[in-house]
Amino acid sequence: MDTERIRETAARTALTVTAVLGLLGVILLAAGAPPLEAVKHLFLGSLGSWMKIAHVLTAWIPLTLCACGLLYTFRIDLWNIGVEGQVMAGAICATAVLRMGAESPLPGLWLSAAFPAGVLGGGLWAWLAGVLKTRGGVNEIFAGLGLNFVAQAILLWLIFGPWKRPGIASMSGTKPFEPELWLPTLSGLRISPAGLVLSLAALVLTGWVLRKTRLGLALKAIGRNRRAAFLHGLDPSRYTLAAMGLAGGLAGLAGTFQVTAVYHRLIPAISSNYGYLALLVVMLSGFRAGPVPAIALFFACLNVGSIQLPMMLHIDSSLSGVAQGVLVLAFLFFHGRYRRKHVRQPGGGT
Amino acid sequence: MELDLTLLLSSIVAGAAPIVLASVGETVTEKAGVINLSLDGSILLSAMVGFVTAYRTGSLALGFAAGALAGGLVAAVVGVFSIYLRQSQVAVGFVLTLTARDLAYFFGNPYSRLYGPQASPVAVPGLGDIPFLGPVLFGQSVPVYMSLAAVVLAWWYLYHTPRGLALRAVGENPRAAYARGFDPRRIQLLYTVAGGLLVGLAGAAFSLAVKPGWGRPQGAEGTGWIALAIVIFGGWHPVRAALGAYLFALLQVTGIHLQDVWPSIPSQVFQVAPFPLMIFALLLTNAAWKKPEGPAAGTGRSPAARFLGVLTGAPPASLGRPFLRD
Repeated sequence: MDTERIRETAARTALTVTAVLGLLGVILLAAGAPPLEAVKHLFLGSLGSWMKIAHVLTAWIPLTLCACGLLYTFRIDLWNIGVEGQVMAGAICATAVLRMGAESPLPGLWLSAAFPAGVLGGGLWAWLAGVLKTRGGVNEIFAGLGLNFVAQAILLWLIFGPWKRPGIASMSGTKPFEPELWLPTLSGLRISPAGLVLSLAALVLTGWVLRKTRLGLALKAIGRNRRAAFLHGLDPSRYTLAAMGLAGGLAGLAGTFQVTAVYHRLIPAISSNYGYLALLVVMLSGFRAGPVPAIALFFACLNVGSIQLPMMLHIDSSLSGVAQGVLVLAFLFFHGRYRRKHVRQPGGGT
Repeated sequence: MELDLTLLLSSIVAGAAPIVLASVGETVTEKAGVINLSLDGSILLSAMVGFVTAYRTGSLALGFAAGALAGGLVAAVVGVFSIYLRQSQVAVGFVLTLTARDLAYFFGNPYSRLYGPQASPVAVPGLGDIPFLGPVLFGQSVPVYMSLAAVVLAWWYLYHTPRGLALRAVGENPRAAYARGFDPRRIQLLYTVAGGLLVGLAGAAFSLAVKPGWGRPQGAEGTGWIALAIVIFGGWHPVRAALGAYLFALLQVTGIHLQDVWPSIPSQVFQVAPFPLMIFALLLTNAAWKKPEGPAAGTGRSPAARFLGVLTGAPPASLGRPFLRD
């Protein structure tokens, strides 16, 4: 029985990978690019040197943090599309704190204060979307998406207005902070040990909360059957806000990391699309914490590896996004076929 | 003064054309019970396909056809995945939103900032000379006529033909429709694709008329979400959805004028104003349909809610739920 399941899983995985590679091959040929060359550049561009691996890990950290947050909201059956804005809100709040500490004699204090500020900022932004849903009845997809655009506008306004670089305001962002306010990185490599520790801790903690605590059980109960959970005495609105707050807090942490460890300033693209990408990561993980780190690593490799594609092969770097999307679609396709074959009763197996 | 009003209205009718096409298309799809969430990506992909086709063939007609086809194709993926493979419509739609957008940027890159063919105004002989209404409705470009035709056709089809009745029946109660001899899944797929074709036309209307050309960003980013919200705001009725789209275009034009009046307000505020507005519109819509709870229960809806209820409507009862035949 078990060996049969393993064989089936292996077969499905093989089918998914074949389908993705086949589709990407067709897409690359259609764009006039040699597929094997492209794969080679993606590989070398992401894992070809220690520098590149450090770059991949730097992308892995915020992606994993956002994905952890989404595990909470998906558990209670919410589509938190507002992660992108929550990352920005966190980055803005962290920047606000760091600006206050610009000429302080205790930079370490301000740097550590930036983290709770970022978490709070992201959490509040998500909470806002949650309130719009629980109080206003606005679907969380529209609330979150609308707030993404609002956060982007506030971000641009700050960069070009009150926080503009002395002299000229530009798309390159605000004036960089003093190095004392940067999150320390390993010498020679631009990778922050603190960031790695934070994301690993977030992963372990999320897995634990979802599986072993009352909160995790409540989220799952409401997500599976809202009405039954309500009759059982669980307040869906309260847990909706809690899940949103947790997701937003983790996204805000990702934003803080982007500001303190990666860019050392606020830039218009501070969220780097990680919010939307994290949604794909979690969908591909089957909404479980276990596979998240590996999938996030693979997605980070694709993102970093595709940076040099325009230079090497004269194709657009959005190839990574196409690959990630096609992968999730193929996964859904074969997963859907699997479910159709094995689950017959209505609504079962979801 | 009258000339100004004519100009204002005709610019609204022209500028709203893609949003009208997209929201009418999505209304048709959702009336059949399927949510095609991929609109934002679909519109960009079809804008790119439409522009590139028109650029390479020199034919606007082929450009519009190719754009529509691209929109129909994305919708077909949503349809097959959700109707036949029972995947979550939101999940598939969201993935396609991102994937179609990236595909558009990937294949569109070599065609960025090129000057290509554009649809120019063609006055309808006879009708174009009617004072006031002539220039507003009949002195426009072809995509605008398509948007007007789409509204009328969708309304007539949905509410005045037997096939439209079957479409709505499937969206409200697929099991009953099935018992009556219809195949809900075939019907849902059909109208998902039909709606997608209109969404594709909306994309082509952007790149070939309203915001001519291709680039990154193209300028159509975000409008798919607005169109999705307008479907809700319009109460799943094609005519109301179109009115919502025109209202939205009016607010956009007003925003441009206000920007001149208050130059101190940063331009970013005006650029994203549609989105808080979208949330606000959905809040209003929901207030109109919320059943009173607590002490107010049983007293019916408040007068304000009843007034809003005239403007909005209820969603198809089986929207988003797949039909299971067993």
